[in-house]
Amino acid sequence: MATPKQFCSFYLDKLLFGVDLGRVQEVIRSLNMTRVPLASDVVSGLINLRGQIVTAVDLRRRLQLELRSSTVLPMNVVVRSVDGVVSLLVDEIGDVIEVDDGTFEGPPETLRGSVRSMILGVHKLDKKLMHVLDTDKACESLEKTDSQ
Amino acid sequence: MDEPDIIREFLIESSENLAQLEQEIVQLEKDPKNPDLLGSIFRTIHTVKGTGGMLAFSGIERVAHLCENLLSQLRNGLIELTPALVSIVLESVDAIKAELSAIEATGAERGTSPDDLLARLKAVNEAKGKAPFASAPPPATKSGPTAKDPDTSGSTARTVSDSSIRVDVSLLDRLMNLVGELVLARNQIIQFGALREDSALHASAQRLDLITTELQGGVTKTRMQPIGVVWDKFPRLVRDLAAASGKSIQIEMDGADTELDKTIIESIKDPLTHLIRNSCDHGIEMPADRTKAGKRAQGTISLRGYHEGGQVNIEIHDDGAGISPQRLKEKALQKGLLRSEQAERMSERELLDLIFLPGFSTADKVTNISGRGVGMDVVKTNIERIGGTVDLLSQTGQGTTFKLKIPLTLAIIPGLVVTSGIERFVIPQVSLVELIALQGETGRSLIESVHGTPMYRRRGKLLPLVYLNHVLGTGECDTPAESISIVVLQAEDRQFGLVVDRINDTQEIVVKPLGKHLKGLNCYAGACIMGDGSVALILDVTGVAQRASVISEDRTRGREKIAEAVAGPREEKHSFLLFAGPDGSRMAVPLDLVARLEELPSAQMEKSGTQWVAQYRGGILPIVHLRQALQERRVKKRSEAMPPDHAAGTTLQVVVCTHEGRQVGLLVEQILDIVEESAELRYPASREGILYSAVINGKVTELVDVAAVLRMGKVKFSHQIQPAEDRAQVAH
Repeated sequence: MATPKQFCSFYLDKLLFGVDLGRVQEVIRSLNMTRVPLASDVVSGLINLRGQIVTAVDLRRRLQLELRSSTVLPMNVVVRSVDGVVSLLVDEIGDVIEVDDGTFEGPPETLRGSVRSMILGVHKLDKKLMHVLDTDKACESLEKTDSQ
Repeated sequence: MDEPDIIREFLIESSENLAQLEQEIVQLEKDPKNPDLLGSIFRTIHTVKGTGGMLAFSGIERVAHLCENLLSQLRNGLIELTPALVSIVLESVDAIKAELSAIEATGAERGTSPDDLLARLKAVNEAKGKAPFASAPPPATKSGPTAKDPDTSGSTARTVSDSSIRVDVSLLDRLMNLVGELVLARNQIIQFGALREDSALHASAQRLDLITTELQGGVTKTRMQPIGVVWDKFPRLVRDLAAASGKSIQIEMDGADTELDKTIIESIKDPLTHLIRNSCDHGIEMPADRTKAGKRAQGTISLRGYHEGGQVNIEIHDDGAGISPQRLKEKALQKGLLRSEQAERMSERELLDLIFLPGFSTADKVTNISGRGVGMDVVKTNIERIGGTVDLLSQTGQGTTFKLKIPLTLAIIPGLVVTSGIERFVIPQVSLVELIALQGETGRSLIESVHGTPMYRRRGKLLPLVYLNHVLGTGECDTPAESISIVVLQAEDRQFGLVVDRINDTQEIVVKPLGKHLKGLNCYAGACIMGDGSVALILDVTGVAQRASVISEDRTRGREKIAEAVAGPREEKHSFLLFAGPDGSRMAVPLDLVARLEELPSAQMEKSGTQWVAQYRGGILPIVHLRQALQERRVKKRSEAMPPDHAAGTTLQVVVCTHEGRQVGLLVEQILDIVEESAELRYPASREGILYSAVINGKVTELVDVAAVLRMGKVKFSHQIQPAEDRAQVAH
């Protein structure tokens, strides 16, 4: 049974990621950000999203990827998570990709610990692998990464 | 008794309910078997009867009662629903409505009882369905009960139920939020307009400003409720409490129409109730005692509410026995919350504040009303949580007054905008005590240091300073300001000075919550959007103080600290040994702890394990190097070697102290003097190893806590000394 699913795709350090399109509220350009001293370094800051204050999460840090060079302005993928609206900072936004379950495969055993919990698996696209991000996991419990 | 609001609510509610009932009974006529409809009608009449009875509107109660009986029979299937029955129910509804209008217009019932209707209702009830309903006279011919009250029928004034509607609070919250946004947009427009030379824009901006301000006021008002909503239940409470305790108490209320935000009303309900209970139970004396004291046998509790400076003040006064500071002191001593020497030097005011300590109660016995020792601290905490304060004034024999200061609303608060590093922060104005600017070099020199902890001497008292950029780790400002800006803040029972790079201005800000991700950071109370659209964090003053260890995190420790703070000063003078501590700071120990002062050659210092020791009078004296012990916490790495200035050949100054029957040497930089001082100006130290700071001989001096220093220097007497002794003997 092939049930098509839609993903909002984006790039992080040349890797292709996707989040469930239904969870994406909007995608916006880089916004002015207010740093939050003492917060976990995964939290890039706070943005003003039309009067709503939204926490911005640096997804590169969250996924323990190499840090973005300061010249590149990140894009905001604003998603609805169980902890409220969160903005995920990504390098570049991709297409909306429609896939079905047939191309899905779970995460490999060799994937490391904390990242593993955030990546549900991959969809094998024609030329690439699209990592499927667990939106809630990616947004949750940012304090925990404090010690890392 | 002040209950117009209850009546108002009763009028609104009843009118709505009766209107619904009319519809339902007409529907029921078409669908007589519908139990839901019948149930709903029954409940409505029942409610009207109950509320009417409670408010002593006997006319309404009687009609509703008979009507209810009728409906009850109908529900139980004893009688059939006939048009005549419907008519008589509707007629009863009309009668009740007529009473309602009369109450609204005159505040009382019409006084004429609708005897005819009552008689017919009774007749129908007794008929138990056997008598045919047709025999009831048609309602239209009746004049008395259904006749419109001339007072209200002709008047064009809107009745209460017409002029008000019920609105979901969440809708008001949304409106409030939107208005908040509008306020920000307005601020942006005004800033924008200020940059341009465009008179049309200026005019529009000004109009926008006015309208927004008015709209903001209006919307804020929709969330306002008179404080009477909470007070209304107090007369009953006081009556019950008085009856239960055999006292006679009357309650007076003044300013019940003082308005507060609904959320605040909710959160002061319990604290107020508690205070009233307290006044009834502890405050007001038994009638006999009152007469003996020359007072009226009946006690009075008076509530007063009024606006003052953007806040609402609520005063709860009782003319009872007052709180005796002496009794508080005894209780505190009994419970071990206070040491006797501490108690001796506390002022009356400080003693009164004892009742806010957790676990404190003056009641000689626990009654079912109060006296369990939980409460006053909770009252204080709850009031402080919403940004309010509690003050207590009491005169023995005259009475007690609790003075509550409550902010009007939680959503929009005035805040002080400050800059630290490149970030802007907002400090809620309620925590603000004063602003101090220290100009230039002379200003800088006014900041003194207690072992590296900056202090400012404000009107003779030491005020600990906290640098915001250190607390938050936000780094230094690019351009050091001309002056040092100190924001003096009140955190719980402490004041401290927050040093910021710049003080900008005050603004009305809309508090927005932080996402779940940042909930763990207690330094922030929320965030807000500034006029330029950027986000600024709102500082939680208590959280910042905790982080900077101005106040301790957990309440019990807090209590100990308060106790310690008041413990220090004593009336009689004390002898102190003054010496130079690390970094040339002045330190002291009480002289009665000091056994001897020694100068030991540095060659005599030996190391035993990790412990420095010296041979002293044929024994081994553990040596604590004060610099190391105290610095250990500040400089993470602990140096094992003696500092270079104590190299071979010099003599070292050692204060031999007696601690728990053992002797230990404190290695100090230099012994200075022995002074006798009362050391009145004191400030509790915020770190371990120091008891408190005081002004001795006109200089800020830290008093060393010997026991703590030994703990920190990891001095153990029993295990480490034995092997040391062995080794010493081998060395001989």
